[in-house]
Amino acid sequence: MKLNELTIKQAREGLDKKEFTSIELTVACLDVIKKENKKINAVLTVCEKEALEEAKKADERIARGEISELTGIPYLAKDNYLTKGVRMTAASKILENYIAPYDATVIKKLREAGAVLLGKTNLDEFAHGGSTENSAFGVTKNPHDLARVAGGSSGGSAAAVAANMCIFSLGSDTGGSIRCPASYCGTVGLKPTYGRASRFGIVAMTSSTDVPGPLTKTVEDASIVQRAISGHDKNDFTTTKEPIGNYTDKIKKDIKGLKIGVPKDFFVDGMNKDIEKSVRDAIKKLKDQGADIIDISLPHTKYALAVYYIITPSEISSNLGKFDGIRYGLSEQKDAKDLNDIYFKTRGKGFGAETKRRIMLGTYTLSAGYYDAYYLQAQKVRTKIIKEFDQVFDKVDVLITPSTPNIAFKIGDRKDPLSMYLEDIFTLSPSLAGLPAMSVPCGIVDNMPVGVQVIGKKFDEGTVLRVANSITP
Amino acid sequence: MKLDKKEVKKIANLARLELTDKELEIYGPQLSDVLSYIDQLQEVDVTNIEPTAQVTGLENVMRDDEVEEWPNDEVESALGQAPEREGKYIKVKRVL
Repeated sequence: MKLNELTIKQAREGLDKKEFTSIELTVACLDVIKKENKKINAVLTVCEKEALEEAKKADERIARGEISELTGIPYLAKDNYLTKGVRMTAASKILENYIAPYDATVIKKLREAGAVLLGKTNLDEFAHGGSTENSAFGVTKNPHDLARVAGGSSGGSAAAVAANMCIFSLGSDTGGSIRCPASYCGTVGLKPTYGRASRFGIVAMTSSTDVPGPLTKTVEDASIVQRAISGHDKNDFTTTKEPIGNYTDKIKKDIKGLKIGVPKDFFVDGMNKDIEKSVRDAIKKLKDQGADIIDISLPHTKYALAVYYIITPSEISSNLGKFDGIRYGLSEQKDAKDLNDIYFKTRGKGFGAETKRRIMLGTYTLSAGYYDAYYLQAQKVRTKIIKEFDQVFDKVDVLITPSTPNIAFKIGDRKDPLSMYLEDIFTLSPSLAGLPAMSVPCGIVDNMPVGVQVIGKKFDEGTVLRVANSITP
Repeated sequence: MKLDKKEVKKIANLARLELTDKELEIYGPQLSDVLSYIDQLQEVDVTNIEPTAQVTGLENVMRDDEVEEWPNDEVESALGQAPEREGKYIKVKRVL
C-alpha cells in the first residue's frame, strides 16, 4: 500500500514504529496532488515548503516521544479556514489575494497536535452550493468519474480524500456541505453538533448552522479528528462546554438493543430506487447486528428546504456585508466616484452568480414589510422541526436516512438554482436543529458511491459514530 | 411572488450590488422561482410557536469587556491588506 493511501490509524502505527517518517508521508501526498490535481482540481493552494517544515518538526517530536494521535499526519483544509500566512480565497474573486493573518481555532488545535497542513481545498464560492461548480476557480471533479461533480460545498475536501491526496481533510457543513460531497465521493463525513467545534477563523456563511468537521477514509478516523478539533473556545461564544466523549473507544461497542428510527418522510417519491435499496440494505445490516428498527415519521421535514432557503440567505446577506472593498480583499477604488460606489463596484465585480443570488434573496426576506412573512415564519417552522426531532429522540437513539436523493450528477446538469437546492433535502433538517449527522458509504449505484446518513441526539456524536461504524465493513 | 426588473434593481441597490442589464434579466425569474417555492411555509400553523433563536440551549453568554493583546505581526498582516492606509488607520474616500 502506498503511504498516501493510509488511514490515520495506519499512518499513526507506521510513524510510531518508525517504518516511515512524516516527511515521507507528506512527500507521498504532495506527489499525488502534483500528479492528479490538474485533472481533479480539488486543491487551490499547496503549501509545500511549510508542509515539509511542519513534517520535519513532527518527526523531531515523534523522536522525542511527544506524540498525539495526529502528530505527523498530513491533511488538507477547505479554503474557508484561515491558516496563518497562507492565501485564503473562499473560492471567491473578492478574496483572490487575501492572506490569512491568523489561524482558525480548529487549525491552531491541529497545529498544536502536530498535524501537517498540505494546502487548501476547493469549494463553492463562500460555501454557497452543493456541487463545487460555484467556485470562482473552476469545478472540482469526482475522482470516481471525472464527468461528474464531487458534491459540495466541501467538494475539494471530499475529492482529495477519495483521490488519496491527503490522509484526512477538513470541511464545513451548513446544510449538508460535508455530508453531500462525502456521499458523492465515497468518503466518510461528519457534521458534529452545532457548537461542538469552534467557528472562529472560518468564513461565516450561516452563523446559526455552520460547523467545522472532518472528511476521512474510515469512521474511526473521523472520531479521531473530531475529538482533536472539538471544545469550547472563548472566541466563539456558541461553542459548548459539554464534555467530549472518547469516541474512539465508544465506536467499538456493539449496537445490540440500540433503537434506530427510520423516518418514512426521507424515502420520497422520485428518489433513485437503487439508492433506496442500498440504504435499506444498510438498515438490515444494523438489524442483523441486534438493533431495533423502528418506523417513525417527521412530517415537517418537507418544509426544511423552504425554511433553509429563507434563513440561510438572510444570514448570508448580513454576514457578507463586510465585503466592502475598504479593509481587505478586492477593491474597486480607482474608478469609483464616491464611497458608496466602491461598495457597488467591488461587490458587483467580486461576487459570483450564486453568491449574488443568495445576498439578494436574503436582502429581500429581511426587508421591511417581508420580515414577518418570511424570516419570522421560517424561524417558527424551524421550531416545529426541532420539536419533532426532540419527540422522536425520546423513542429512538439515532435515525437512518439516505444522504442524498441521487448519485453525483453530471457537471452542468443542474442548471436552475431550485433543482440544485433540492439535492440537499435530506441533510438540511439536522442542520436546522443543530444535530450531529454523518454520511458513510453504503453501496455503489451506476459505478458511483452512495452514502447513508446517521443522525443523532444533540452532543451524542459517540452513538452516531458507533452506528456508522457498524454499517461500514 | 413575481419580481420584475425594477424590483430586482431595488433589492440589488439595498444589497449594494452593481448588476449588469443581463444579470437583472436573469435574476428576476430565478428569485421568483425560489420565492414561490418558499411561499409554501404560509400553510404551516404556527399559532403559539416561538421563533428559534438558538439551537443548543445557550443563553446570554457573557464576558468581561477587556482589551486583548493581539500579536503585532498579525495586526500588521490584517492592516496591510487595506488598499490605502495611514499608520494604524485605513483611509477611505470622504463620507460627507
